[in-house]
Amino acid sequence: MADKLRTQQQLEQLQSRYVGTGHADTTKFEWTSNIHRDSYASYIGHPPLLAYMSVGMGECRERVRSMMIEKMIQPVGKPPDVQD
Amino acid sequence: MAATSSMFMYSLTIQPPTAVTQAILGQFAGTKEQQIVTASGARLTIHRPDPTQGKISTILSQDVFGIIRTLAAFRLAGSNKDYIIIGSDSGRITIIEYVPSQNRFNRLHLETFGKSGIRRVIPGQYLAVDPKGRACLIASVEKNKLVYVLNRNAQAELTISSPLEAHKPQTLVFALVGLDVGYENPVFAALEVDYTECDQDSTGQAFEDLEKSLVYYELDLGLNHVVRKWSDPVDRTATMLFQVPGGADGPSGVLVCGLDNITYRHSNQDAFRVPIPRRRGATENPERKRFIVAGVMHKMRGAFFFLLQSEDGDMFKVTLEMAEDEAGQATGEVKRLKIKYFDTVPIATTLCILKSGFLFVASETGNHHFYQFEKLGDDDDETEFDSDSFPADPTEPYNPIYFHPRGAENVNLVESIDSMNPQMDCKVANLTEEDAPQIYSICGAGARSSFRTLKHGLEVNDIVDSELPAVPTHVWTTKITREDEYDAYIVLSFTNGTLVLSIGETVEEVTDTGFLSSASTLAVQQLGEDALIQVHPKGIRHIRADRKVNEWPAPQHRSIVAATTNERQVAVALSSGEIVYFEMDTDGSLAEYDEKREMSGTVTCLSLGEVPEGRTRSQFLAVGCDDSTVRILSLDPDSTLENKSVQALTSAPSALSIMAMADSTSGGSTLYLHIGLYSGVYLRTVLDEVTGELSDTRTRFLGPKPAKLFRVSVKGQPAVLALSSRSWLGYSDPQTKGFMLTPLDYVALEHASNFSSEQCVEGMVGIEGKNLRIFSIDKLGNNLLQQSISLTYTPRKFVRHPDQPLFYIIESENNTLSPLTKKRLLDDSNLVNGDAAVLPPEEFGYPRAQGHWASCIHVVDPINSKAVLQQIDLEDNEAAVSIAAVSFSSQDDETFLIVGTGKDIAVAPRSFTAGFIYVYRFLEEGKELEFIHKTKVEQPPQALLGFQGRLLAGIGNELRIYDLGLKQLLRKCQAQVVPNLVVGLQTQGSRIVVSDVQESVVYVVYKYQENRLIPFVDDVIARWTTCTTMIDYETVAGGDKFGNIWLLRCPQKASEEADEDGSGAHLIHERQYLQGAPNRLALLAHFFPQDVPTSIQKTQLVAGGRDVLVWTGLQGTLGIFIPFVSREDVDFFQTLEQHLRTEDAPLAGRDHLIYRSYYVPVKGMIDGDLCERYALLPNDKKQMIAGELDRSVREIERKISDMRTRVAY
Repeated sequence: MADKLRTQQQLEQLQSRYVGTGHADTTKFEWTSNIHRDSYASYIGHPPLLAYMSVGMGECRERVRSMMIEKMIQPVGKPPDVQD
Repeated sequence: MAATSSMFMYSLTIQPPTAVTQAILGQFAGTKEQQIVTASGARLTIHRPDPTQGKISTILSQDVFGIIRTLAAFRLAGSNKDYIIIGSDSGRITIIEYVPSQNRFNRLHLETFGKSGIRRVIPGQYLAVDPKGRACLIASVEKNKLVYVLNRNAQAELTISSPLEAHKPQTLVFALVGLDVGYENPVFAALEVDYTECDQDSTGQAFEDLEKSLVYYELDLGLNHVVRKWSDPVDRTATMLFQVPGGADGPSGVLVCGLDNITYRHSNQDAFRVPIPRRRGATENPERKRFIVAGVMHKMRGAFFFLLQSEDGDMFKVTLEMAEDEAGQATGEVKRLKIKYFDTVPIATTLCILKSGFLFVASETGNHHFYQFEKLGDDDDETEFDSDSFPADPTEPYNPIYFHPRGAENVNLVESIDSMNPQMDCKVANLTEEDAPQIYSICGAGARSSFRTLKHGLEVNDIVDSELPAVPTHVWTTKITREDEYDAYIVLSFTNGTLVLSIGETVEEVTDTGFLSSASTLAVQQLGEDALIQVHPKGIRHIRADRKVNEWPAPQHRSIVAATTNERQVAVALSSGEIVYFEMDTDGSLAEYDEKREMSGTVTCLSLGEVPEGRTRSQFLAVGCDDSTVRILSLDPDSTLENKSVQALTSAPSALSIMAMADSTSGGSTLYLHIGLYSGVYLRTVLDEVTGELSDTRTRFLGPKPAKLFRVSVKGQPAVLALSSRSWLGYSDPQTKGFMLTPLDYVALEHASNFSSEQCVEGMVGIEGKNLRIFSIDKLGNNLLQQSISLTYTPRKFVRHPDQPLFYIIESENNTLSPLTKKRLLDDSNLVNGDAAVLPPEEFGYPRAQGHWASCIHVVDPINSKAVLQQIDLEDNEAAVSIAAVSFSSQDDETFLIVGTGKDIAVAPRSFTAGFIYVYRFLEEGKELEFIHKTKVEQPPQALLGFQGRLLAGIGNELRIYDLGLKQLLRKCQAQVVPNLVVGLQTQGSRIVVSDVQESVVYVVYKYQENRLIPFVDDVIARWTTCTTMIDYETVAGGDKFGNIWLLRCPQKASEEADEDGSGAHLIHERQYLQGAPNRLALLAHFFPQDVPTSIQKTQLVAGGRDVLVWTGLQGTLGIFIPFVSREDVDFFQTLEQHLRTEDAPLAGRDHLIYRSYYVPVKGMIDGDLCERYALLPNDKKQMIAGELDRSVREIERKISDMRTRVAY
């Protein structure tokens, strides 16, 4: 039992330290949201990639950057209804 | 995946990226002077703005082998030197300083806080420092914030604390600044959104009601603890923060910039808000709201202001007015916020205001600009808007405000710094029939885009060009006395005479100089204190100051064939092969050395070095003979004219020059013997100052004509001017001190000499045919010359005319009004005064409108007229996406220009209403285009290519073959070959390499008899391909959107099977492998150069060089990959790389090997940029590495420089 508890604690620690670490009950919404947020953060963080997208979209870099952070708030739409 | 490969390539950067990610200003050298530090790609560069000349020069540029994301400058209280903090992808915070005495960056601290790489929750995206330099905050986009306390210890060294956490999960940060609070506890302000509730609420109500807050984080220095001190909701659209001066200088707080508003906020002040003025004009949408995208705060004595730039490029001056009580004393309360239009400059990533009154604009696209302030917009008639008329609450309605943009009044452009960012496409071609090809590139965005021609060469400043009565063979300049600062005479030698010109206000002939005018001249020299020497075929004329002439006649039946002189020595070679040597006596007369020395062959050239400081003579005489040897003779009184060493050559030497030059190996100056051969080859060998031994020979081919060498001075450094079919300059690179040999962008000269006069201190004089030319070289730093032709919209792709030196460029601009709509709007509107003025788009951009496209096709002639010859605008909201020149066999192999377009394109998510393929005929040898017809297709064709006399088009995920019909294109064959979208096509024979937007490349074979396209090999990794090229029939090189470059090869068996004769039934019925093609490509090489590759090509870059892969990057990078020939070299460079990784670890703390393996482990590649850092190491480290490699330092340096110079610049 103690082993299980420790594993549980370790997992929780991981989850708190590394955002997006999954668990047994990860929903599709959580998983996709997480993937998309990671992607947007990566687009913003790599200067050439951000420039590439800004040239493609015909917007300036700062606009694209803020637009992407804005999208990180709800990247895949509304969460599904929780069935109790 | 094995790290070894059957193929190895050497990666080199020819031109580093020019896009600036961020620029910071500071006194990095510890003096009063301000410098600018910029981050571009992986490169950290420090620039010195020169306020007197209004120029910016680069002091130091270093590759940090890591992605620099953010920079900050800070200064400890009481110090006068700024340090630099780098936020990079290393998961570490790096603090460096610039050491001006050694001209290098020195790392002071490197603190690890997280994983490497660019991740959502690893800090490095945002960096803010306390204005008093007491702390810094480094944050990620989500959740994590770390505060480091900066201080100094008893030895006055900078110290850094362990990090203090200020994390808040599920919180996104939009902007972060350090608040100016004087000497109170440091406070940082962040613009945050907490998305916890949105993730739970399925009704979407929480998302609707979401608030953005301005949060203050206070670092309690006493408790060593960070607290969330204050949080207040702000405008939901806010994206940027600017620091407002505090303490004694102002009210403190921040400006919060959002959509159409700028708000002043602080915890103990009321909010004040002004809208962002909108442009007024017939083509402007009055409802369009703008964001602030860049800005800068500037503090002057007792006052401060902001320059904030909107996304149109308009800069607004924002000021704060403070409240006063009845007595006129400031109460410390803010009274109002004021805004007015200032000027328009290109959209910036960073604006920097220098104390010396300059503005540096690090442009987002195109050239960076350096402006001088004329005034600060204080007393002009621009309308000023203040916050009194606008509610502070962002939800309340208000009346928008407008202004008329106008030409710059407050700033004046003084320098435009070339930048090829974004570079969209590039082609290497030799259109001018010179010996080396040129690089043609399309770059820039919007109206600031351009077509550029790059050529390897040094810029030459032509001063005088005058015609002479006859064709001279030689030219010299000379002073009259040793103390003279400038040259007094230009001596020209003709086949049968000599002409002396005096240098003064004007250049005119003089006759009373004592020079013999009836014979040609072999050498001219100022000797001793105040005498002159003229060597002519029949003797030596020694002209004393009192015009008394001593003549040494050549022995009977012999003449002088070669001569060399310096200010104390003269050596001549006679036609009999004898060498006669003279040295100046104490009384100033020339004394002949008794013994002559006879050489085995005819002497072709001689050289004496300069007399070293404090010595009486140069130690060595170099003698070149027609038996293809060079001998070094000693001039030591004990062993005069004794042989010291011999060097055998491949051809007879035509010129020699002994010269001391700066040397990167020894760090000081080294004596070199420069040798020019009749075959046009140039050699440089090290001449040992003691033994006279020759070692470390480096060779370069200059051109087919015999090489001549001249000692000149450029930028205070000795340099060698080498003339062959082109003129070259050999010099030490100002930064690395490595030897460079670069052609001059100038006419080919016959003979030349150093030239110095009052007007032109460091010049050169040369003869070209009958012309006398005086010129100078002012810039040594940049050896790629750029010429630019401006374009209308963002260029996308271009093709060359198959025979003519012409290019066809497709350009398109998203969210921009097309010329037709613009014209209609201008015609329709009842123009109010001032609205009609059409502003130059280069500075003001085009009128914007969501969903609109402006697009055109340009015909550009980069050689003759250097201009755009024709512009074809596309109508109906169409945008050009692809272009190709295709010859149709059904039309007698006539070549047509094919352009693919899309209608109503939306970039993300991808959508459109139709696609078209336009066909144009070339008229007047391609100078004009005639529209023939257009064909509607289902999707915009992203790739077009000529293929076996027909057109190959990639339409969506289908590959199609079209033939040219009378009314439209006729579809002949089609196949679905890739999963998503065809973005590129390459072909050789019947093989087609198709690139997919996200699934790498697929090889397709076309079976003519059956008229079928059959994919037979694909890739295992999803590569988001941007560009590809076929290196050979089996191999393809390409780049992807994440900044990788890779080489893929088709297995031999699959390749052969695909080309087997017959129907191809065996290919069609072959079993699929894992739901793909039957075979898989093998990875040969992989590399992460950081920039997004936009083009890749296999070509030569220099005359006689091997084929290399030339690639270009979006941020303006030009790079090459050189294939290794021998395995030995690979082993050598691999070991060298390993040593350099440990001995010269990357500055920002990124592991070099992991950096180059960013997405896929690096394979089959040697990083040449890292290897070239060897030359910059301190001597002991060089020695150590050389010891490990069992070679000498010189040998290693030669190997490194040979890799570059053999194939590139």
